[in-house]
Amino acid sequence: MSNVILTKEYEAPPVNKKEVLRYAGCKNADAGVASLLDSCIEELSDKLVYKVCYCLLPLHISGENVDLGNFSLSSGKLALCLKGCKKAVVFAATVGIGPDRLVMRYGSTAAARALMLQAVGAERIETLCNSFCDDVAKEYGSVTPRFSPGYGDLSIETQKDIFAFLEPNKRIGLYLNDSMLMAPAKSVTAIFGIVE
Amino acid sequence: MFSEFLKNNIVYLDGGMGTLLQASGLMPGEHPEVWNITHPDVIRRIHKAYFDAGSNVVCTNTFGANILKFSCEELDGIVKAAVENARTAARESTAKGQKFVALDIGPTGKLLRPLGDLDFEDAVSVFAATVKAGVRYGVDLIMIETMNDSYETKAALLAAKENSTLPVIVSNAYGADGKLMTGSTPAAMVAMLEGMGADVIGANCSLGPKQLAVVVRELLENASVPVALKPNAGLPSVKNGKTVYDVSPKEFADDVTALIKEGVSLAGGCCGTTPEYIKALTEAAEGISPLPLTEKNITAVSSYTHAVKLGAPVLIGERINPTGKKRFKQALLENDMDYILGEGVSQQEKGVHLLDVNVGLPDIDEVSMLCRTVCELQAVTDLPLQIDTADTIAMEAALRRYNGKAMVNSVNGKAESMEAIFPLIKKYGGVAVALTLDESGIPSTADGRFKIAEKILNTAKKYGIDKKNIIFDTLAMTVSADSSAAIATLTALRRIKEELGCHTSLGVSNISFGLPRRDVVNGTFFALALENGLSAAIMNPYSSDMMKTYYAYRALKGLDENCAEYIEAADSFTVDTASDTVKKAPSEYSSELQRAIMKGIKEKSGEFTRELLKSTPPLDIVQKEIIPALDTVGKGFENKTVYLPQLLMSAEAAKCAFEQIKAVISREAASEEKGIFVLATVKGDIHDIGKNIVKLLLENYGFKVIDLGKDTPPQLICDTVVEKHAPIVGLSALMTTTVPAMEETVKLIKKNAPWCKTVVGGAVLTEEYAKKIGADKYAADAMETVRYAEEVINKQA
Repeated sequence: MSNVILTKEYEAPPVNKKEVLRYAGCKNADAGVASLLDSCIEELSDKLVYKVCYCLLPLHISGENVDLGNFSLSSGKLALCLKGCKKAVVFAATVGIGPDRLVMRYGSTAAARALMLQAVGAERIETLCNSFCDDVAKEYGSVTPRFSPGYGDLSIETQKDIFAFLEPNKRIGLYLNDSMLMAPAKSVTAIFGIVE
Repeated sequence: MFSEFLKNNIVYLDGGMGTLLQASGLMPGEHPEVWNITHPDVIRRIHKAYFDAGSNVVCTNTFGANILKFSCEELDGIVKAAVENARTAARESTAKGQKFVALDIGPTGKLLRPLGDLDFEDAVSVFAATVKAGVRYGVDLIMIETMNDSYETKAALLAAKENSTLPVIVSNAYGADGKLMTGSTPAAMVAMLEGMGADVIGANCSLGPKQLAVVVRELLENASVPVALKPNAGLPSVKNGKTVYDVSPKEFADDVTALIKEGVSLAGGCCGTTPEYIKALTEAAEGISPLPLTEKNITAVSSYTHAVKLGAPVLIGERINPTGKKRFKQALLENDMDYILGEGVSQQEKGVHLLDVNVGLPDIDEVSMLCRTVCELQAVTDLPLQIDTADTIAMEAALRRYNGKAMVNSVNGKAESMEAIFPLIKKYGGVAVALTLDESGIPSTADGRFKIAEKILNTAKKYGIDKKNIIFDTLAMTVSADSSAAIATLTALRRIKEELGCHTSLGVSNISFGLPRRDVVNGTFFALALENGLSAAIMNPYSSDMMKTYYAYRALKGLDENCAEYIEAADSFTVDTASDTVKKAPSEYSSELQRAIMKGIKEKSGEFTRELLKSTPPLDIVQKEIIPALDTVGKGFENKTVYLPQLLMSAEAAKCAFEQIKAVISREAASEEKGIFVLATVKGDIHDIGKNIVKLLLENYGFKVIDLGKDTPPQLICDTVVEKHAPIVGLSALMTTTVPAMEETVKLIKKNAPWCKTVVGGAVLTEEYAKKIGADKYAADAMETVRYAEEVINKQA
């Protein structure tokens, strides 16, 4: 169970258009925006992957220190979030470089399209994370909300530890650059606890 | 010698290393390469077990041994120990087969620009250090493996070729979709790698042998060099806390053997495979002799996603070229990269297969401009490029950076030209467009041009360049000056195709120079050229006559099943009837143009502007139509009745209208330029969608925006502000980790350009943060930036 890093690939979950519009800063869509949204979903549809790599780890919390066996993190808010859990899942997820490519493509020639594409990408990665967390919950019981480096007092530098541990570059093609940005951009790393 | 052994034998490679090291106690996150020094006994035992199982080649335990993870001294020590471990194992193994040691090179662990932050040349240097160490300690060959990005693969192969003379195996990790993580097909990889001189091309890791079969077959179909295969032992799962793979040694051996029978020449295993798998494989494949290698004679160029093979005619868009194009020249001189990239994207939308890239102008630094254009085009389009320059230094710089195998435009029969271009083709790969002219000019007869083609082929051969990598341009000359010009060109074209078996190319539109209604002549000449064997046409995809000919030709020659492409394209053949569509405006909008802008309909706004220009002075259109429409939308956004996507759609529509105005008068005159605005995403930040939105709106509102792009060093921003005496600078940052770079930039500007106002924005910024880092203004969105910029300019005025 512990220390084994696994990779999982998902089929495309259904798109939540309302969420996409929210990410695009748009409360409701007129005909123009609606058709832009549809054509962005269509253009991205065969350019997305849904990949997750993860590991289930034993969890020991003392004060602000969250010890996951292989590495430990310091964050009071994370410790609070994981309180009472004996195991935690650390994972990295990505929908691939499709959105990055298209956003680059349209960024300088079609700004509205670029905006909408990145909104679709944002919705896709969040939906992927939800699917993954739901799956874990189904297998192990309920789970805490997921917590990512950069939230609250969990330093963004924690990304380095997570990347060194999961090696998502080898497993799902997810990279970390020197300023702690992930590439592909539509990616998430996070930790959540398993409530027993 | 490995190369000799490879010629006559199936070569058995080794199997997984990581899995076995984990079984021996390697922890996640620990560097396995260090074990060469700390646990040489374990490494030697594994290598020896592979030799004993029948492996001819064992890869050193140096997958991640590079100077990004280790210091130069550490790297040297690791490679030295790694080679020694493999050599010792070879000596100690009593197996009978020939034994070789390969320097194993895996990915750097960083993603290259433009998607990541590792520069291509830095990647080359990283690999070069490992290659040099391997050469120093005497490996027999180099194994570049598990690469999932074509650009990084190119960097590694280039480093291997520049720093050694050893044979190189290049193996990529393909996903379940049969492509690399960055999208390359096996055919694209073959085009690029074979062009650069890879000795073996292969696939490894990620999947089991059954799932990789499709990839392997595509490699075999395209490669004229031997193909290698090192699959995983299927897919991993967890049983009792241990990773197990779902393909047994027996099944693995049978599956791989089947592929050896199809032509694979080198075989081994990757993750999850053990000496047991290799033993099963060598036993299963015993007695099979390797299939003879065949030359595939495929003329192909590639991008980072796909290969374009010459056969059925292909179209090369000619619009990225300043010759005779005022607007393009202006874009080059003003460094207006967006315009140039836009030409690339819209030609792709018109259906071309390649883009010609020519940015030569007397007043610009062509080396850096060409290089930059090629890189930036590759960020926005996946079409292969034809690099078009007479400057050999610029050609080399662009070919080196190009992600794929480019078309090289051009070489000709002059000794000097061939001496300059052929070594570049040999080193970087490429398909050369060879013009049939030489020291004595362009022969007027077809026979003269044919003879030059033969000479070029013979010379290419001396450089080791196969004829599949040369295509001939028999030079379309003006028919109005010489009535036999077209016939000479066409005859030479046909003879080269039939007698030399080579592909051909033409700049089609030269034929009609000096004639009225050139499109008519061009379209007909294009049809004739196609019928005489033209493989690639350099042409204007916006020309309806050319596209009509192309689609009709394909339909007539049985190249277009059910005429489907023709029927789809036929919609766009209809005559442009913009003039009929300018109706009376509905009452809520003062004109159709205003409606188009406010509704964000780009195409219409361009059309209506063109129409209006026939009757209205350009400045009136700007003042009375475009600006009021923009203002209405901008105010709507501020009042939250219009949302961001709608604001942007309107802004783009307005930009289209401005483009039409610009075609008539210069932009400066068009909008009484308000002032200079320097804009940049700060150092370390590589996402620039917000910055691009701000730019679009600022330009619409009449600012001259100097866009320094993303990941911009503070000094460059400051220097630009000083040089232009810019009254205002806008900085964007997305991450908390890049805010310090923003702060540094703001301080630098305050010190060196105290007159300049700084406005900042981006996901992580707040009013408070902005104050803390000393910025003059925090803008929550693009409109707020525009309003602040107007305020700053008004105060100064």
